[in-house]
Amino acid sequence: MNQSAREAEWGNWLRLAMDGDAAAYDRFLRAVTPYLRSMARKRCNMLGVSAGEAEDVVQEVLLAVHLKRATWDTSRPIGPWLSTIVRNKMIDSFRKRGRHISVPIDDVMETLQAEDRRSGLEPADLEKMLAGLRDPQREIVRSISVSGDGIRETAERLKMSEGAVRVALHRALKGLAMLYRSE
Amino acid sequence: MQTDDLIKLMTQDARVRHRLNPVFVVAVIGGLLISVLLLIATIGLRPDLAQAIQTPRVAFKIGLMFILAATCTRIALIIGKPGVSLKPALALLAVPVLLLGAGIVLELRSVASGEWGTRLIGQNSGFCLLFLPLLSLAPLALMFAALKQAAPVSPSLAGAAAGFASGAIAGSVYALHCPDDSPLFVATWYFIGITLVAFGGWLLGGRMLRW
Repeated sequence: MNQSAREAEWGNWLRLAMDGDAAAYDRFLRAVTPYLRSMARKRCNMLGVSAGEAEDVVQEVLLAVHLKRATWDTSRPIGPWLSTIVRNKMIDSFRKRGRHISVPIDDVMETLQAEDRRSGLEPADLEKMLAGLRDPQREIVRSISVSGDGIRETAERLKMSEGAVRVALHRALKGLAMLYRSE
Repeated sequence: MQTDDLIKLMTQDARVRHRLNPVFVVAVIGGLLISVLLLIATIGLRPDLAQAIQTPRVAFKIGLMFILAATCTRIALIIGKPGVSLKPALALLAVPVLLLGAGIVLELRSVASGEWGTRLIGQNSGFCLLFLPLLSLAPLALMFAALKQAAPVSPSLAGAAAGFASGAIAGSVYALHCPDDSPLFVATWYFIGITLVAFGGWLLGGRMLRW
């Protein structure tokens, strides 16, 4: 698929996602992640940073895309928006690791190879991340990510309203982004 | 945490509740209203506003400030959106700048040079420097709250842009009271007041608008 077709497809998915389509969002995130991984790996290799850190960079960038998606003007193409967010966050993330990198602005949409193969190295420990969250956010994160439950099941099990679970989940994602930033 | 697990979490939070544009617009309107109410509740509108606004200098002063506020506010919004070029919005700044230049030239031509100093210093410059920043506080605070949701490439510059915008909004509001009508006064004291607010925004932005 060429670059502009890919861009159009990603844009459609994120547009649907912002209106609440979880399946479209899943497709979007799973499509973008391999490209982010490939970019992060390449820079880790260049800088001699371990590959496990690349996955942390990927997650930090994904969280930024997630938390800032309301800044995308859905009438515009997604490429320039996505490239700018990814570029900024990647530079930040490596700077925090004491490395200075440059990410050319066109790199994101033009990255050719996507890397699906995950390294054997684990990204930041789940329990360590969860320890930084408060209840009920921690329980909700565990329920949805590890047990694979949906909002409704989680709400029933924790005896909360679905709305309260949604709000807590959103806060938890903000919290995770903060944890990454302060790492 | 595995990246797959993180994606599961994010897909359950797919819907966006508040998009940046409406949030920002509400913040600006709210800030403007509070600023106007603050002016009315404290120093008040100028008593002769209805007649004064028909004189060229007062109409120019108020009109210029509103145009400046609108252009700066638009820049403060766009600066928070990744991947959107600022150039067209920045180019529009030429409109208030050229207007002010024209106003100054006309004033210098119509007033004897001996009067220039008095016009520039006016009667209430200290008051303007105190009140303009005060009137900018509500717009600045609300604009910052909206920009917390934005993703500016440079948080400091975004803070400065919000400072210029709220300073210019405060200038528009203060112009409804201000008895000094010369473009020379506006070019000097309003400009200093707005720049002070922008400097404050620059300092705060670096701390508060990181993401």
